[in-house]
Amino acid sequence: MIYFELFFEFFKIGLFAVGGGMATLPFLRHLSATTGWFSEAFIVDMIAISESTPGPIGINMATYAGYNVAGVLGGVVATLGEVMPSIIIVVVVSTYLAKYSKSPVIEQAFSGLRPAVTGLIAAAGHSIIKLSILQIETYNLSGEWTDLFEWKKLIYFGVIFFLIRRFKRHPITYIAASAVIGIIMGF
Amino acid sequence: MKELVEIYLSFFKMGGVTFGGGYAMLPILEREIVEKKEWITNEEIVDYYAISQGLPGIIAVNVAVFIGWRRRGILGGIAAALGVVSPGAIIITLIAMFLSNFQDNDLVRHAFAGVAVCVAALILNSVIGLWKKGVKNNLGIMLFVAVFFGIEFTTVSPVVFILSAAAIGILTRKVVEK
Repeated sequence: MIYFELFFEFFKIGLFAVGGGMATLPFLRHLSATTGWFSEAFIVDMIAISESTPGPIGINMATYAGYNVAGVLGGVVATLGEVMPSIIIVVVVSTYLAKYSKSPVIEQAFSGLRPAVTGLIAAAGHSIIKLSILQIETYNLSGEWTDLFEWKKLIYFGVIFFLIRRFKRHPITYIAASAVIGIIMGF
Repeated sequence: MKELVEIYLSFFKMGGVTFGGGYAMLPILEREIVEKKEWITNEEIVDYYAISQGLPGIIAVNVAVFIGWRRRGILGGIAAALGVVSPGAIIITLIAMFLSNFQDNDLVRHAFAGVAVCVAALILNSVIGLWKKGVKNNLGIMLFVAVFFGIEFTTVSPVVFILSAAAIGILTRKVVEK
């Protein structure tokens, strides 16, 4: 039964992919090779669509793949399959964490983890800045440093960053405004 | 039941405006869960990200389950997980049904290019906040720099950095105590 298979395959991905959405990619490629449910080219499409729609990328890819294999219900089943291991694992970890969170060893571990995670998030931010503001390929071709930046976007980055720091509105406000500005300015 | 619905709707809302995966959700979580609803503290969110990075599964979903569990146990965790994935699942299904070449549309591309710049600025803003709260001494600065450049210039898994940082946290505090 296709729904059961979908659930099981995406449950496995949720269970073994450590490190977030893009970590599910090798598993999806494996799935493409072993089941023939979708092609390698389909995976590239899937990434583009998942990245430009809201929600966690790994989950969006599961929904999209599941839908293409077995329709709406297929998408739902694949999504639930991938989410299920998270729920089980995090609930178990939470229970232990609540029990031992006052222990000095756990506190010390977190004193090391906090700056490390700040570094991880800074690296994620840096890669988004690179993708959204810099045009590395044009720069490599021309060698002109003025080609390194998309100037309109760089200036908008400065403006929106200032507004975020100054007014502290809900992020949704800035995201919605930026979609409109992107269209008006032709980013 | 009312609280479960509230958890589901909060995460539905946050999942609906998160573009670009787990870390892009951080600024929205800080605003919605820490400042507005005061369900947990900023430090706890960072802790949940740290653990989620080392656990299997999608990071945004893992963080959602941690927060939901804190509010209402297992059911809270399930409500949060379903909430955070629902908007994406609905939108992806609609796109798959009706708009197979949706990402080639010019308006869509321009809008998302604008959103990407905004997400970059929001994450930078969050990093500044995290730095102020979490990086408190020279060891913290060293860990930050090591992880940042390690991720940028090597292909070592983030899991390795997370586990090493936890070990260094435990070992150095021991040294200081003696």
